Amino acid sequence: MIAEVLAGQTEAFHELIRPYERSVYLMALSMLRNEAEAEDVAQEAFIKAYRNLGRFRSEARFSTWLIAIALNEARARLRRKLPGLTDSIDDTDGPVVPAQLTDWREIPSETLERQEIRSLIRRALDQLPLPYREVFVLREIEERNVKETAETLGITIASVKMRLHRARMMLQKQLAPQLASVSSKRRRFPWF
Amino acid sequence: MVLNCRHVWEYISGYLDNTLDEQTRADVERHLEHCEICSAILDSTRNILILTADDRVFELPVGYSERLHARLREAMLKSPPPEPQSP
Ligand SMILES: [Zn+2]
Repeated sequence: MIAEVLAGQTEAFHELIRPYERSVYLMALSMLRNEAEAEDVAQEAFIKAYRNLGRFRSEARFSTWLIAIALNEARARLRRKLPGLTDSIDDTDGPVVPAQLTDWREIPSETLERQEIRSLIRRALDQLPLPYREVFVLREIEERNVKETAETLGITIASVKMRLHRARMMLQKQLAPQLASVSSKRRRFPWF
Repeated sequence: MVLNCRHVWEYISGYLDNTLDEQTRADVERHLEHCEICSAILDSTRNILILTADDRVFELPVGYSERLHARLREAMLKSPPPEPQSP
């Protein structure tokens, strides 16, 4: 299909991207947290992919290439919105010490409580330095494997593993104390 | 090998992703059996990942696909088809 588009059959591009419409939007939404902006970024990403299709190399998977374009668009927009964004990290930093609490072990079955915890998780994720957040979104939300994540970000597989581990530990460290209080509040005041 | 808590923390991701070698995995498991702190850290981290995965289930905005393809058509009219480029 890529060859067809390059041969001038632009209609083929519409078919080519259909399977990826959802994941490109999800990538943008996970970074921007705003539906209108995510949609706009997704559109920009597909237009950019069309214009640059001649540069696509078949060694990479098409989906990986598309997600990388979407991520770049989302990142650029995020930087304009939040100029103070932390995006430098030191891969040689020492280990992240997790929160050593034993009172949050179960996932709430109640929908409302689950929603509440999910929004705490999103907020904590949005506060991670960008390079950790990107790896976490690609692995845990986009379900890209380690190799695809490395290709998308242009980093090594070892860096992906390390950043993912640090991102998870940072989230645990920040969230475990908050989540422990969410569940104990419910236990003490069951009528809430 | 007997692992202390700090060692185990470094293996939590590998444990959750099932990428540890057999020996390390067994060592981590032996530690988790008697260490309540580390097993709670493992559980809370796993819970965060499970709840994060809930975000994969969502509805696309109504009309998203139609608007996308309409905008693409417009962009295609304005710019010529992409040219193949040599590396
Ligand atoms: Zn321990």
